[in-house]
Amino acid sequence: MPNRIAARLDELASRSECALVCYVVAGYPDVKMSQDAIDSLVSGGADIIEIGIPFSDPIADGPTIQAASHSALEKGVTPEKALQLAKSIRKRHPDLPLLAMTYCNILVRVGVEKFMAHAKECGIDGFILPDMPIEEAGAYLQAASKLDLSMVFLASPNTSEARLKNIVKSTSGFLYLVSVYGITGARKSFEDYTLNAIKNAKRLAGAIPVAVGFGIKTPAHVRLMKGAGADGVIIGSAIVDIMSKSSSKAKMAKELVNFAKSMKQACKK
Amino acid sequence: MLGNHPVGGKFGKYGGKYIPETLAPAVEELESAYEKYKNDPDFQKELSYYLTEYAGRPTPLYFAKNLTEHVGGAKIYLKREDLLHGGAHKTNNTLGQALLAKKMGKKRIIAETGAGQHGVGTALACSVLGLTAEVYMGAKDVERQKLNVFRMELLGAKVHSVQSGSKTLKDAINEAIRDWIANVNTTYYLIGSVVGPHPYPMMVRDFQSVIGHEVKQQMRELQGRLPDAVVACVGGGSNAMGSFYPFLDDQDVMLCGVEAGGEGIKSGKHSATLAAGSEGVLHGMFTYLLQDECGQVTETHSISAGLDYPGVGPEHAMLKDIKRARYAASTDDEAIEAFVTLSRLEGIIPALEPSHAISYAMKLAKEMSKDDIIVVTLSGRGDKDVQVVQDYLNNKNRRKKKHAK
Repeated sequence: MPNRIAARLDELASRSECALVCYVVAGYPDVKMSQDAIDSLVSGGADIIEIGIPFSDPIADGPTIQAASHSALEKGVTPEKALQLAKSIRKRHPDLPLLAMTYCNILVRVGVEKFMAHAKECGIDGFILPDMPIEEAGAYLQAASKLDLSMVFLASPNTSEARLKNIVKSTSGFLYLVSVYGITGARKSFEDYTLNAIKNAKRLAGAIPVAVGFGIKTPAHVRLMKGAGADGVIIGSAIVDIMSKSSSKAKMAKELVNFAKSMKQACKK
Repeated sequence: MLGNHPVGGKFGKYGGKYIPETLAPAVEELESAYEKYKNDPDFQKELSYYLTEYAGRPTPLYFAKNLTEHVGGAKIYLKREDLLHGGAHKTNNTLGQALLAKKMGKKRIIAETGAGQHGVGTALACSVLGLTAEVYMGAKDVERQKLNVFRMELLGAKVHSVQSGSKTLKDAINEAIRDWIANVNTTYYLIGSVVGPHPYPMMVRDFQSVIGHEVKQQMRELQGRLPDAVVACVGGGSNAMGSFYPFLDDQDVMLCGVEAGGEGIKSGKHSATLAAGSEGVLHGMFTYLLQDECGQVTETHSISAGLDYPGVGPEHAMLKDIKRARYAASTDDEAIEAFVTLSRLEGIIPALEPSHAISYAMKLAKEMSKDDIIVVTLSGRGDKDVQVVQDYLNNKNRRKKKHAK
């Protein structure tokens, strides 16, 4: 069976649609609600789900995701509980591409290959580790190729051309282009350098799709990224914001469905 | 040769560059700038000027006669980094890096601080070199090191109180890294210890090695030989690494790092990373960490804010594994006792951080012969800690009285 992430991106590319990648912190506000949130996002049109496994020191995350991770950890959410969440999502959505996003130490602590093999058993299709640069990724890449997991590496607007080419060589699934100089968190607007970075990444990525993340929160942002050539958009903090502000479960579900619908609509245009 | 490390950015298997991609160009730029300037005679001359004329190097190597007689064992010498401008060894590194930043054309400097000594060191170096300084400090540390917060502000630095996580040094580093990511093109991150991604552990060690080089020379002048042991406290481990490094390949010199044992290793309330930690990745490096079985970094405890850190420099991790250095821990109680002892016997009020090293050196001296020599790096002075010590002693007296009733 081909990797679900590659399959979904191929399918979307054939329709010239941008992929809507949605991030949810496992166990925020609690495990059940993070599961419901994923269901809502999928029903609204999310193409790929990223499950955030909370880590104590998330250096690439802004206040919104930091607070959500911290709250999940306070409630006793472990990597194992996050993977059990993935398992239940996998049962209900057999074809949904599922990525795990976390930090190196979560894998290193139990053994990189052991953790990845277990994640695979729980239905995870690939990994995103924002503090894992290609230079340190030997064991990680080896395990991934053995387990047929997608390895999503990140690139930044200041990544040199030579380095970007090397990152692309190690990447499978898609390249995660960080939109801005900064950490995660919804933003009001983007500058030209973001659009140039997308064009540049597309030029160098060859067959690897480019998804853009950090700060995207409105359909207008999505159209902007798509217009510059992005194959996907990654939404994180904006989703966590909706979840933290919703006053009830029913309201949260409705708001997430509507949010995903409006973003997906923009992905199609 | 142990002194040849790091090799490819690593100390054995430790170290490396586990950093977000946005920082990769900045770290590369720093690496090549450091390579360029570290052997540049003009740079070294300028740094040497500031270290001597401005900061007061060399610092004395003082024979603590009263302490030695009190203990009744090996001779104890104190490397007086407490007399360095700023009140701690931190100035060696902040002057070095601030000067490097200036050469690189970076005018905005950010730093993290635990006890506030590195913050003060950064603030004064930026002030004298005409750079702007912003210092991240955990809210808990802001509270317990008020004096240093005010000192930083007087020196013109902006202090950001960090409210996330455990509100101590580790969270201050997280926040400084986030700032660096957001302002990577204009900002220099001045790390205060031998931690972080390569080249920081190497570079900070190099700037701090002036301590060990002086000890070596002073010991030769005073005694015509090398010491038998060098003892220093270890939080991140910069004063220890600076003291140890020139002796790494002198196998007869015993190297002892002393961590913060807090309320005792068994209590779980400590910061003894090398004694009780396990391997992991934090703040850009592979090293020993205090963490739970899932890889979440745990909260640490020490009476000394400067040692309150759940990681440790990767070079120390290597030295532990190959047994070139030994690592021990002193508890809060032991550190306070050494703090009081040194104050009374030698008229020197040490910072709480090196009080841990002094406590251990006193034990070690007893086990050694009277002809042996121990050098303890007295990494900072204790003015900043008098309030904490006073509260601690008052509480202890209260507990004692209660117990007696």
